[in-house]
Amino acid sequence: MAEPSAEGRFGEFGGRYVPETLVPACQELEAAFREAWSDPSFVAELNQLLREYAGRPSIITECHNLGRQLGLRLLLKREDLNHTGSHKINNVLGQALLAKRMGKTRLVAETGAGQHGVASATAAALMGMSCKVYMGAVDVERQALNVFRMRLLGSEVEAVHSGSRTLKDAVNDAMRDWVANVDDSHYCLGSVMGPHPYPWMVREFHRVVGIEANAQCKELLGRDPDVVVACVGGGSNAIGIFSGFVDTEARLVGVEPAGGAAVGRGVPGVVHGMRSYLMQDEYGQVQEAQSISAGLDYPGVGPEHSYLSSIGRADYPSVTDAEVIDAFQLMAKSEGIIPALESTHALAWIVREAPTLQGKVVLMNLSGRGDKDVDQMMEILK
Amino acid sequence: MSAAEATTFGRMETEFRAKREAGRKLLVPYVTGGLTGWQQAIRAAADAGADAIEIGLPFSDPVMDGPVIQEASQRALEAGININIIFDEARELDVEIPLSVMCYYNTIHHAGHERFAHLLKAAGIVAAIVPDLPLEESGLWCAAADAEGIETVMLAAPTAPDSRLPLIAARARGFLYSVGLLGVTGERSSLAASATTLAARLKAVTDVPVLVGVGVSNAAQAREAVQVADGVVQGASVVKRLMDHGPEAVGDYVAEVRAAITL
Repeated sequence: MAEPSAEGRFGEFGGRYVPETLVPACQELEAAFREAWSDPSFVAELNQLLREYAGRPSIITECHNLGRQLGLRLLLKREDLNHTGSHKINNVLGQALLAKRMGKTRLVAETGAGQHGVASATAAALMGMSCKVYMGAVDVERQALNVFRMRLLGSEVEAVHSGSRTLKDAVNDAMRDWVANVDDSHYCLGSVMGPHPYPWMVREFHRVVGIEANAQCKELLGRDPDVVVACVGGGSNAIGIFSGFVDTEARLVGVEPAGGAAVGRGVPGVVHGMRSYLMQDEYGQVQEAQSISAGLDYPGVGPEHSYLSSIGRADYPSVTDAEVIDAFQLMAKSEGIIPALESTHALAWIVREAPTLQGKVVLMNLSGRGDKDVDQMMEILK
Repeated sequence: MSAAEATTFGRMETEFRAKREAGRKLLVPYVTGGLTGWQQAIRAAADAGADAIEIGLPFSDPVMDGPVIQEASQRALEAGININIIFDEARELDVEIPLSVMCYYNTIHHAGHERFAHLLKAAGIVAAIVPDLPLEESGLWCAAADAEGIETVMLAAPTAPDSRLPLIAARARGFLYSVGLLGVTGERSSLAASATTLAARLKAVTDVPVLVGVGVSNAAQAREAVQVADGVVQGASVVKRLMDHGPEAVGDYVAEVRAAITL
């Protein structure tokens, strides 16, 4: 995957639409990342953390039972087996290490489902930094377990009561905190979104997923998979696995929730520092996303996904909450794996599209585990 | 600034420069458009000695704003306010001082740059402040605004290195908005030292009028700020009075600040 332009653009998407106060901070971060990423000692230190702390490389599991049922070969990239239970740790370890190198002592993060918040709290604990996580009040309710985890790890969690009280509002408050504390704080953004350099930097930290998966598929299949599927909220796990296959013949599919289909609606907008597809009303007011999964409850999407969609390299279909609930149970019962509701969106699409995927090899990014979702599912399935 | 350029100042900058020349400190109250009583508040502010008005266009995700203006925006949006309503009502204001808008960039982006500039002009609004549109991203909007004669106020922040300030000043029309502190809009117990420091740094590199905003919370702080700056923007302190006590309270407050900054 190519670097964005000097202005941080992927085609016509991306950029740096931030308050003037943050422009120097973004410039400083870009320079620091560029320097660190080309420094073998930084990369070696990060790789060691990924190996010895996060548990990389993550394995590939072939779902023989589901594959037989669906008439295809289904491979899972097991990001759910990483320390803290999702792919989020890849990015967070990279950013925390970078923040430390920049002399920052405090991390600020937003979180939806809590996976990125937990990962940030974990990295802060490991590296001796303080950490404050903003989380929409609605999400604090539905992800109580992760809230407790973050506090247990020594982080402060602040419930955000403004706007829709979900992920987008948590991003707003994290940005406000960063504006006020830019001297000593690093904004540890959790997805491939936000102002340049975040979409690029976060992608680079998640490329390890695609690099591993590509090599693992070569070894297992002797070739590339036919289809690579991942869920998309902001789009970090998807961009991670896509990065390993964007230069192959594999079809790339990013699955959005029906109630948060930013790419699906195809209207560009500017919020949270980036120009990208954005759910908005006729006056440009950002709309509230609606999804069963807190982690995908986001009205925008990372700018590189908008770009991949605009050039036709990746498709972005959507699935409904009902399809996700069915797929969640299907994976649990057929494979003995409880997937995160976010990742389950990818499976829901595979199940629906199975008739058109007969005999194909489908690689799905199982970006997180579903332990955090069992309370919610227990209520739904009662 | 060369003499040739000096002839092209817009209405707000022309008036501001003349008033500064005459020894007057500039006062720009901010009022959230569409908030109950907003038109009366603007008329009261104009009568009480405001030099221009900043009309806030409510946005769903106001990242530069603190709790007071967030709440005002949310109230206006929940009441069904949109830019068409605000522009229609702005046209009815009939005040003597220039009107500007403060709006987040997506409002412009979604409307279309040229169309938005035209809408402002048609509503009798002469200037725009766009807090999430930094210099590097401002090209498309500034071109459209310049073409309609809309003055784009640029913001400068305490975090900017010296080398950046002249670049921002060169693109500023109307006035230069000197961000008073690291943080979002809202009232603070004292004026941050950064407020006067940045204003002084800006005054050293430009003759565009420099107004301090963000964190100038009362008459005493305004007086402190204008020891260095050419004037102040008053946001949360005005909006809070409008929400809590109505338009007359805005007039009283603007009169109080006017008295305090009349040196």
